[in-house]
Amino acid sequence: MILTITLIALLVTMAFALIRAIKGPTVYDRILASNALGTKTVLMIAVLGFVVGDPELYIDIAIMYVLIGFIGTVAVLKISEFGNLGQPQSHTETEDP
Amino acid sequence: MSGLTDLLSMALLGIGTLFLLIGATGLLRLPDVFTRLHGASVTDTLGAGAILLGLALAAGWGLLMGKILALLLIMALLGPSTAHALARAATHGFRKPWLHETDKAEK
Amino acid sequence: MRNAIALIVILSGTWLLLSGHTSPLLLSLGLVSVAAIVACAARLELLDEEGVPVGLLPGLLRYGPWLVIQIIRSNLDVAKRIVNPKLPIHPTVIHVDATDHTEVGRVTYANSITLTPGTISLDVSEDAIEVHALTEEAANDLMSGEMGRRVQRTERP
Repeated sequence: MILTITLIALLVTMAFALIRAIKGPTVYDRILASNALGTKTVLMIAVLGFVVGDPELYIDIAIMYVLIGFIGTVAVLKISEFGNLGQPQSHTETEDP
Repeated sequence: MSGLTDLLSMALLGIGTLFLLIGATGLLRLPDVFTRLHGASVTDTLGAGAILLGLALAAGWGLLMGKILALLLIMALLGPSTAHALARAATHGFRKPWLHETDKAEK
Repeated sequence: MRNAIALIVILSGTWLLLSGHTSPLLLSLGLVSVAAIVACAARLELLDEEGVPVGLLPGLLRYGPWLVIQIIRSNLDVAKRIVNPKLPIHPTVIHVDATDHTEVGRVTYANSITLTPGTISLDVSEDAIEVHALTEEAANDLMSGEMGRRVQRTERP
């Protein structure tokens, strides 16, 4: 019962995060919203495991999702800050004639 | 005994759900990126923490509880790193934080 | 040597927790992968105090419960301000002194600040941490320096 309520609340908060991602005036608002969406997805996978009745499998997926989501957010942030994923400085210099 | 554990788990899930909604409201209502980060960290710490602890209690002793606690630990370690990276990128992207009016007048 | 043993114990524990297998074949395969990772880490010279910070563990175990209480307290404060529009927010940027901390201490300090809702570390330099605080109370709380002193105590047991 309480698990269903939590699931519905998670869906509502994901909708809020989506609204922020669409509205968000700056790129950082959108990154923040997508990161929050990722956190809620992890929680939703974990709760869904208990609702469906196979929590062992779903928790493994949630752990993988949290790690991949972290790498994804940091990669997008790095691109927005530096314009690349950190190639060595000399490499980019030699390419520019 | 198991009745008490169930009750505690349900209470933790309820608290987590409440803070989840509050954090998402903050994400919508607060005025700029930095203040929204505060709202998002409410969801990330107490919301996620209470929900995962509730699930761990519902799982009972065993491997599953350990996995849920490991997930909680990973989220507690990665959450601040992401938030700091985001705040740093926003500062370096020349986003001036929205400050209170009195502070603006002083400067 | 102590760090290598600690890494073996941690990796074996993680492997057992995540797989849950106990058949001899899979156990030996897990042992092989743990040995390979420790060998790679030794060859990359990652087995120093920075790569495997076991010396920090007792201090962190003492620091953790206090941090959890702080997180719950500031969570309630921020939640109140989000729900009730009448309560004012007062965003400020302050500089917190971190001169006496080691490198690991500064990282622990900055991460603790970010983990506590209401305060976020914007930038970390050699001697100070730039912090964005949601309210004046949160900023004053941080400026009182109690968290800094507690972080310092975790570094030197």
